[in-house]
Formats: sequence, structure tokens, C-alpha cells
Amino acid sequence: MALAHDFDYARPQSMAEVLDLLNTHRDKAKILAGGTDLIVSIKEAMMAPELLIDIKEIPDLGQIHREGEQIVIGAGVTFTQLLEDPLIKSHFPMLWDAAATVASTGIRNRATLAGNICSAVPSLDSAPALLCYEATVHCESKSGLRQIPIHEWFLAPRKTLLQPDELLSKIEMPIPPRNSTGIYLKLGRYNGEDLAQAGWGIWLDTENHYRIAHCALAPIPKRAPEIEALLNGNALSDALIERAAALVESAIKPITDIRSSREYRVHISRVMLKRGLLAARARLQGEEVEPKALLGGFA
Amino acid sequence: MKEISINLNFEIRSVWVESSETLLDVLRDKLGVKSPKCGCERGDCGACTVLLDGKPVRSCLILAVEADKHDIITVEGLSADKLSALQEAFIQYNSFQCGFCAPGIILAVTELLQKNPHPSLLEIKESIAGHLCRCTGYTPIFDAILAISKGDK
Ligand code: FES
Ligand code: FES
Repeated sequence: MALAHDFDYARPQSMAEVLDLLNTHRDKAKILAGGTDLIVSIKEAMMAPELLIDIKEIPDLGQIHREGEQIVIGAGVTFTQLLEDPLIKSHFPMLWDAAATVASTGIRNRATLAGNICSAVPSLDSAPALLCYEATVHCESKSGLRQIPIHEWFLAPRKTLLQPDELLSKIEMPIPPRNSTGIYLKLGRYNGEDLAQAGWGIWLDTENHYRIAHCALAPIPKRAPEIEALLNGNALSDALIERAAALVESAIKPITDIRSSREYRVHISRVMLKRGLLAARARLQGEEVEPKALLGGFA
Repeated sequence: MKEISINLNFEIRSVWVESSETLLDVLRDKLGVKSPKCGCERGDCGACTVLLDGKPVRSCLILAVEADKHDIITVEGLSADKLSALQEAFIQYNSFQCGFCAPGIILAVTELLQKNPHPSLLEIKESIAGHLCRCTGYTPIFDAILAISKGDK
């Protein structure tokens, strides 16, 4: 039995071919990378594309590589590839943490980081890391290349700046300084598939600079500038952490949904920020920290 | 319709498919391989797991055309000659009752043991998170895998 909706399938071998197809078919076409989100959307009739453009055979798109002081992640790179890449583990620990929380192994073997940010759901686990690492999204079309800072990328739930004739070809991030680190805390109801009830990314360095971002707590994933402003320039102390936690409620706009209530999201966010700040500092001091253990551990 | 060819359980198989057919449906209905099960059809249960180029994936979320020229292994391929040590352990520890989840879990753990022959309980749990079992309560599944991971089979 086929999916209820029928479509054509193309497996182009070059970027030029992809951009031609997108230019001709525009919003009638969808890019197929991992498919873990797209195929579900087609099955549930949330989307009815006429053409799927499979980009898995385009050379380069499946690679992670370093270009000078930048790391470049191609649109075909899966979460499993991120987890197995030593550069990601050592330089981008917050992204590594986030990749480890995405669904399950069977999904991570297919799902891509690029596909994840194109889906633009509010609970996007990879978003706090990309926001804290100040990623740039590359969108290519026949009319050229647009480089979009990640903090402009998300417009609304399931809406991004990507245009119908564009391919998100790669994501670029500057290699963070050696004296910095980050951590991602995700609260879900169980391991293996659950979307975040709340997610917090925390970045800091030895000179007391802080970057804080969250997901599942507002219509789009966001940095929390008011909390960063309070923390910046100050060493962590119990009093400072309490004052940061007091700002949480004004920094987020959570809703009540099937996964948790608004009130619980506010409460748990304070807990997550406090534990996350301490855990990030412990990491900065060279301690091994397992983020899942900070929130009750494995079920 | 398109003709695709898949290296399925070490045998090249050609088959005509629609672009919109999932790998799961083609395996079960056109190629007669029945071990991958259709549970949720949306990536949540793991029952449809197959190894694609050696890695566990959800065949309900993959189009058959995407598997063209790739390698697929199901439990039929794992146990072509005789049951694997893992499968024997599943029998010994009563690790399945209805058996619906077993093919998916066995494939996922087979790959885990190839990468990491002596996984901890935590690593085992992580590898089968996303494989739902409604019968066993998981304990006998962990016991069987732990028995293998402690031995040198
Ligand atoms: S049937 Fe594919 S994951 Fe449930
Ligand atoms: S044995 Fe029945 S679902 Fe696992």
C-alpha cells in the first residue's frame, strides 16, 4: 500500500540540478533528506508535495568539515554523524548534548540537523545550541546565496525564512574560544521519542560571558538577553543564580499543551537554569557532566 | 512505477515500486519479508526497524525508492544459517512474548554490539529507547543483552 498521496521522486547528483528543480517546481517540491519529519507530514496530510527532491547523493552535503575558524555542517548530516564527530564533541558540547537527546538511534541515523531547523517546531532541541554558537544558515537558489544569522531564521511555529526556491545547503558556526563551554538540558517525559517539555542551553567562558537560550518555552526558540545581561561580567554565586532564576518567568512565554502545563514549564525552567549554570561551570572546570543525570536521569 | 534494486539479506532483489511506497510496505508486501512489523507507521515504536547500510532505521519513514542500490538486512538475513547468539539469548531469557517488538530490538542491538561489544546497561537502554514493548516490561530484554555483553560471544 502506498501513501495516500502520490508524488514524483528525483535523486539529483549535483547542486545545480537541485536548484534547477527547485526553481521550476518551487512550493510544489519538498527537499527530502532524512525524511523522518517529511514522511510523517505527508502521511498525516499536512503536506502534499508533487515532487520530492532527495539530496542524499549530492557530494559535500553529507560532510562535516572545518574551514579555518568555522565548522561547516552540510544539509545531509545526520544527528548520528554529529554524535560521532570528534570536532563536535570537543568544540560544540552543547550541540552534542542536543543531538544525543533527539528521538532515538533509529531516527538519529536518518534525521538531519538541517531538516530539524527547517521543521522549526517550538521544541527544537538543536536550536538553543545553534543560537548560543551563533550559527549562520546558508540558503542557495538560482539567484544566489543568502547567509542568515540563526536568530533571524525562525519566524513562527513551523515558519522560517527559507524561500520555496531555496535549499538550506549548510550551517556554519565559528569555533568557540578554548576557554568556553556549553551544556544543553532537556526535560522530556521519557527517553526515546518525546519532544521537549522544556529545553535550556547555557554557554559561558572563564571571563564571565554568558549566552542563554531556550526551546519549547515560546513560539520560537530564543536567546534570553535579559538573563544574559544580568549574568554578564559576574562570577556565578548562589545569589546571582537566584536572581537569574527570578528572571525566568519574564524571559519565556510557555503554553499549556499535552506535554505539560504553563505553570510547570515556568517552575521547571527555574530549576533547569540553576542546575544548568552550575553544570556548565563544572564542565568549564574540566568535570565530566552527563546532562541527563541532572534531571532525574534515565527512566 | 520505477524499478529499484536492493541488496536484501545478501541477495540482489529488483522490484517495481511507486515513489510513494514505503520501504516497510515493499519489504512486506512485494518482497515477502515479514519480520519488520507495522506498529505506528510514524517512527515512534521501532517495530519496523531494518538495517540500512548497517545502521538501524525506521522503514516506515523511508521510501522504497530511497533504498535503491542500498543494503538492507532484516532478521531473516541475520539468521540465514543459524540463530545469532543474541537471538539464542532472547529465547533463553524469555525476552519476548508476542514477539512484535523483537525483530526491531534484535537488529538495533546487533548493531550496538558490533560497535560496542560490552555495552553498559545505560548504553543498552539508550540503544533501544524508542523501541516499544507492550509485553515484557523490558527487564528480560535487558537481561538477555547483558548476558551477551558480559560474555565474549
Ligand atoms: S512502524 Fe515504524 S516506527 Fe512504528
Ligand atoms: S514481546 Fe510483545 S511487544 Fe514486545
